[in-house]
Amino acid sequence: MESLTQTIQAVPLNHYILLSAIIFSIGVMGVLLRRNAIVIFMSVELMLNSVNLLLTAFSVYRGDASGQVFVFFIMALAAAEVAVGLAIIVMIYRNTNSIDINVLNRLKW
Amino acid sequence: MSTFYFIAFLSIFFSILVISAKNPVHSILYLILTFFTFTIHYILMNAQFLAIVNFIVYMGAILVLFLYTLMLINLNKESEPVKPFMVKIAAVFGGGILAVALVSSLKSLGVSDPVVLKNPELGLVKNLGKVLFNEFLLPFEVSSVLLLSAMVGAVLLATKDPKEPKATI
Repeated sequence: MESLTQTIQAVPLNHYILLSAIIFSIGVMGVLLRRNAIVIFMSVELMLNSVNLLLTAFSVYRGDASGQVFVFFIMALAAAEVAVGLAIIVMIYRNTNSIDINVLNRLKW
Repeated sequence: MSTFYFIAFLSIFFSILVISAKNPVHSILYLILTFFTFTIHYILMNAQFLAIVNFIVYMGAILVLFLYTLMLINLNKESEPVKPFMVKIAAVFGGGILAVALVSSLKSLGVSDPVVLKNPELGLVKNLGKVLFNEFLLPFEVSSVLLLSAMVGAVLLATKDPKEPKATI
């Protein structure tokens, strides 16, 4: 374990923020690009994960364990969100025979 | 140090593949690889508890749930129509603008200190358990209520109502 933790000694905090920002933006692009509801959901997961990574990096940087506990809560929240969201997608598929989100444009007004 | 940059490159590469793969099953498989690189990031920061939880909850439970749903709804080839080209350009442009805004605001901070693990026992189960059950006991219990209600909601939403006539949309 000692040799593993030696490897991060020289990584600046900015590079962690940069990595998380890039992956968050990729998630936003995925939500805007795709029309498949499941792929949109996966992009949301990607965004949640990038925030998790950043919280852990900050927690290690400050030497405070609260950040990692927060990540644990976010993971529990993501599990609940995925269960409910996928149930909604299954219900939409049963009613419309499609998971294309453009079928749902009548929900707008 | 170079390990971090290699793994970071892999996470960005696989996450681009997630949103660009045509087949949703391939998207899910690339998402599994992305989460695996995140697990390696956690191990590099010596956050062992989070690495294990990420491995079990995300790669084990959530991705299997995704695959299971995909199997249930049985997508055929022509079920995903592509968006118009201009909309795609606009989407990539919007995401790129967000990335540029975040990065340029980061640039104004200047050079930051390196991430140094001050306390090597920070991410271990022993230490995190003490914090979780002292300061965060109430949120921990509330999250159990959240998970229960999510389970009940998911079952309620996904089961068919036998009395209801078949929807004709």
